[in-house]
Amino acid sequence: MSQASAVVFQILQSVLVVLIAPLVLGWVNQCRAWLQNRSGPGIWQPYRVIKKLFHKDAVLAHNASPLFWATPYILFGCMWLAVGIVPVLATSLPFAPAADVIALVGLFALARVFISLAGMDIGTSFGTLGARREMMIGFLAEPAMLMTLFTASLISHSTSLVTIVDTLGHREFVIYPSMAFAAVAFVMVLLAENARIPIDNPATHLELTMIHEAMILEYSARHLALIEWAASLKLTAYITIGIALFVPWGIAQAGDWSGLLVSLGALVVKLALAGAGLAFLETVSAKMRIFRAPEFLGTAFLFATLGMLVHFLLEA
Amino acid sequence: MDLALFRPVEAAVTISVLWLGLGGAALALTRAPRAVTGWLYPVGAVVALALALIGFWVMSAPASSAVLPAGLPDLPFHVRLDALSGFFLLLLGGVSFGISLAAAGYFRGSETQSSGLICLQYHVFLASMAFVLIADDAYLFMVAWESMALSSYFLVTAEHHSEQNRRAGFLYLLVAHLGAISILLCFGVLHGGLGDYTFDALRRAELSAFWASVAFALAFFGFGAKAGMLPLHVWLPEAHPAAPSPVSALMSGVMLKTAIYGMVRVIFDLIGDIRWEWGLTVLLFGAATSLFGVLFALMQHDLKRLLAYHSVENIGIILIGIGLSMVFFGSGHPAAGALALIAGLYHTLNHAVFKALLFLGAGAILKSTGLRNLNEMGGLIRYMPHTALYFLIGALAISALPPLNGFVSEWLTFQASLQAPLLDNSVLRSLVPIVAAVLALSGALTGMCFVKVYGVAFLGQHRHEFISDPRPASPWERAGMFWLALACFALGLLPVFMVGELNNVTRALTGAGLPEQAMASGWLWLVPTSAAQASYGPIIFLLVIVAVFAATFLVVRLIYHGRLRRADPWDCGFPAQTSRMEDTADGFGQPIRHIFAPVYLIHREIPRPEDPRPVFRQEVEDRHWYWMYQPVARFVEFLSGHFGRLQQGRISVYLLYSFLTLIALLVFAQ
Amino acid sequence: MPSLPLQSQLINLFAALLLLLAFAMLTQRRILSLIRLFAAQGFVLALSTLVVGYATEQPDLYISAGVTFVLKVVALPWFLHWLIRKLNVQWDIEAMINIPVQMLIGIVLVIFAFNLAAPISEIAGTITRSTLGIAMASILLSFLMMITRRKAVSQVIGFLAMENGLFFAATSATYGMPMVVELGILFDLLVASLIFGVFFLHIRETFESLDIHHLEKLKER
Repeated sequence: MSQASAVVFQILQSVLVVLIAPLVLGWVNQCRAWLQNRSGPGIWQPYRVIKKLFHKDAVLAHNASPLFWATPYILFGCMWLAVGIVPVLATSLPFAPAADVIALVGLFALARVFISLAGMDIGTSFGTLGARREMMIGFLAEPAMLMTLFTASLISHSTSLVTIVDTLGHREFVIYPSMAFAAVAFVMVLLAENARIPIDNPATHLELTMIHEAMILEYSARHLALIEWAASLKLTAYITIGIALFVPWGIAQAGDWSGLLVSLGALVVKLALAGAGLAFLETVSAKMRIFRAPEFLGTAFLFATLGMLVHFLLEA
Repeated sequence: MDLALFRPVEAAVTISVLWLGLGGAALALTRAPRAVTGWLYPVGAVVALALALIGFWVMSAPASSAVLPAGLPDLPFHVRLDALSGFFLLLLGGVSFGISLAAAGYFRGSETQSSGLICLQYHVFLASMAFVLIADDAYLFMVAWESMALSSYFLVTAEHHSEQNRRAGFLYLLVAHLGAISILLCFGVLHGGLGDYTFDALRRAELSAFWASVAFALAFFGFGAKAGMLPLHVWLPEAHPAAPSPVSALMSGVMLKTAIYGMVRVIFDLIGDIRWEWGLTVLLFGAATSLFGVLFALMQHDLKRLLAYHSVENIGIILIGIGLSMVFFGSGHPAAGALALIAGLYHTLNHAVFKALLFLGAGAILKSTGLRNLNEMGGLIRYMPHTALYFLIGALAISALPPLNGFVSEWLTFQASLQAPLLDNSVLRSLVPIVAAVLALSGALTGMCFVKVYGVAFLGQHRHEFISDPRPASPWERAGMFWLALACFALGLLPVFMVGELNNVTRALTGAGLPEQAMASGWLWLVPTSAAQASYGPIIFLLVIVAVFAATFLVVRLIYHGRLRRADPWDCGFPAQTSRMEDTADGFGQPIRHIFAPVYLIHREIPRPEDPRPVFRQEVEDRHWYWMYQPVARFVEFLSGHFGRLQQGRISVYLLYSFLTLIALLVFAQ
Repeated sequence: MPSLPLQSQLINLFAALLLLLAFAMLTQRRILSLIRLFAAQGFVLALSTLVVGYATEQPDLYISAGVTFVLKVVALPWFLHWLIRKLNVQWDIEAMINIPVQMLIGIVLVIFAFNLAAPISEIAGTITRSTLGIAMASILLSFLMMITRRKAVSQVIGFLAMENGLFFAATSATYGMPMVVELGILFDLLVASLIFGVFFLHIRETFESLDIHHLEKLKER
């Protein structure tokens, strides 16, 4: 496991995940279309959208500040870093020690704060509406996510994702009841943070029902392309974190080329299943009233905290 | 390192006296206010920097002490400079350097008769805080503590024409003195009847478990009152906004930390044998304080009051760290206790830096626009770009976002709380995760609050019609804010240095430090326990984000194009987009008001449908006034009323009192 | 921590699921979902009894599991479905007091139950001893649910869920109750549900609603 091959693995993972993230989103949308008895736009549609947007001229409002046009780049950078840290294909990558689960949650929080500020930048009512609602979702989703990750950390006695994957994936199979709680909480947080039904409808065009879309109403062209790409990267990052925590089997060690092929295959299968599962969840649920969302997330937060307590009773 | 002619403790004393000298000069120069603001504040800043350097030097040097020729004939002042005092001197000096620079700019241009007096009180305030940190006996400590309270009282009531400021000052002085009495009683308990009040003697005194707990309770109450802990926090949101902004920065940033210093010094050093029950108390109060502070901060629309409530929250977070440390030390896990103490002390420094930065930003806004109410600000990023940038850094730091400094101390606190499985007591083991959950919640709420503050104040359209465009902040103010923003980055990107220094401090204070593998990973990675357990590399964070930013920027322009044009914003068909259509500060906080309604006491005045001029009024009040303070005040008035009967107004009665006292003394003299 | 045998892990998992379902019932507004969750709880209970029976080689626990399944997964939910259709409350949604506050109280109850059960868990000799705390917690949570609900049918479901917790506590501390006791309790449960059903029909006729606050009209003053 030499340094050079570890670096190659790192680059491979980062580039690969960034490139296939829109495909994941396209697959989820396509599954949703099939479940709703439509034929759907095809799994490559997000790529076409991003390409179309890059060609356009960017239009900024008269009173947009530098924060406004810098945010899409910052967002993209944050998400790129996130997928570099999560052990998607392999563990023990060079970037992995840079952040543990707490820093990962902090990274997502940084992205959320910047996009909310960008929403407030122009000063229209929709932007501030979106920012307000996004922070309302975020202030409960972030602690819930943190508590879920803490449950996994308490089991593996470490907050480093590498050690967590090693403990949960490469040791003997043990059923952890606290992970049952953590899994429920994690799915709820994933739905909330990625603006999926039942919290937010990603396909809506009614401004008063928007949360995420309202913040990015003013963006166009390459800025919007980067934000859409970053959103799909965020969804992929969350799914891969879930995979690393709950179904970590198959992730290779850095430098192990044969293990890499197995890992790639396992990743494709897991992402496909997760995407289909997400589409299924979205189809059977209805979007909630906006003030039911804090209840939903409060439940997730309390489930996650309960998972930690159950760990102390049953597993310690 | 101990130069024979120049010991650190004497240097510290000299510098503090220099500050007093500056104050005296200010008094002498009352007739020439320009000279005061032009020269004295900058010189004070340089003096502060020297003090910070001495503090930094002492953190790794052995302790040194001295006896000053001042004080009473049989009770001279003792001073001592050890690693803990050195750390807090670094905090005091470093932060007040930035604040004094900004004060030079803030007070310029609005000189009045009282500028000299304000400068005097400012420097006396600084000097008394320095003396609190180096005091080695209870006498000097209390003298310095009282001068700190008094000088800050005069600073709070600097604009004494306003009734509200006078009330705020009175409340502040009242709670400060309640705390001071408690601290005095604590020293009385600690000295155990030996008659010697030096800290050495207090350390050596043996106390029974009961008296040690009494001493802890008194110290916790007394220093907690000064720190603004729940439920003794009510003076903070009144006093900090009333003072001029550099003074608010000093009070929030540095004065609250002297209370933390006092708590750590008394509990860890003077009392010594820590019990885990004390730690649990501190932990629970800290958790309640942090959540309460941030919930009330979200309801404020006065910028300085909001920042004051955030100080309450951050004191809660510091107390969580210290409480965790006490729990671990009391349960026999010194390494985990050291980690928690380092986390608490790191947050102390971080909070001082970013809170001072935020208050200076608020001061710059106040000076340029005259506005303190968030609902009247807006769009200031166009008029005050530098202030906007520094305020953004401060807002990101206080929201505990990587790669800035607030995140490092919260990260360390979380790592300490994850050591909970070491504890045997099942109650503690269940409560520590709950406290970690509360900490996560208050961190997330802080992020929401600062999105609100920054978005409403700096972004969007301006809500207030300015007569002339607001001027950007003066170069002095910008210099002060720049120094503090630089500190935010330095403490955030290179935490290993400070953690190493704090490890020395913890080792000197308690004898325990971080394990060997912790500091062995080099300057790039912060590893508190072992590399397999947790690590954090903030420089990588910043480098990757900046690299991706730059690369994407260039690649997109290379492959596609970088064309841009300006247009009107999306208005959904409504042509007149005025500033009335964006969220106000209260509007942004509405979801929190809805979700957490039982916590607040909300008075609402809703107009009826047929009102010709409808008015909506909403006031959010703190329940502590009605639960605690008013009943206590009524009881005190009741008691005083009864005591008032002693004052009969008749001379014969007063002569009777003297007669009775004489008889009593004669009886007892026998 | 040495790894427990598979059966103990399964039982721990079922205990955690039971607690999860008890909490989920606290947060549900719709009566239909409550009944489904109750059926799920019964299913988890039956499975857990089955595993305990297999692990300790006590065949009467198999019978116990079968009876639980028949009664709590099939019979009682069917009866409840019939009842709410008869009473016409199947689409009712309850306006409950603050869900987050309820869940916080729930967590405090869980910590309390865990600490209460800790000394007993140490001296019990069964393989399921660590689940006693969870069983007590689910009893307390169901009790809380009964207190905070306004509609009568939800209160009944809370009562039935409490019995679930009791049953689980018995399984975890003493490998199940004597068959006579168990059959007696189950029969009582059935009879109680039937009586509840009759009562509700009468209450509805008198007050036109199943909101138990209307029963306050029966006060003296």
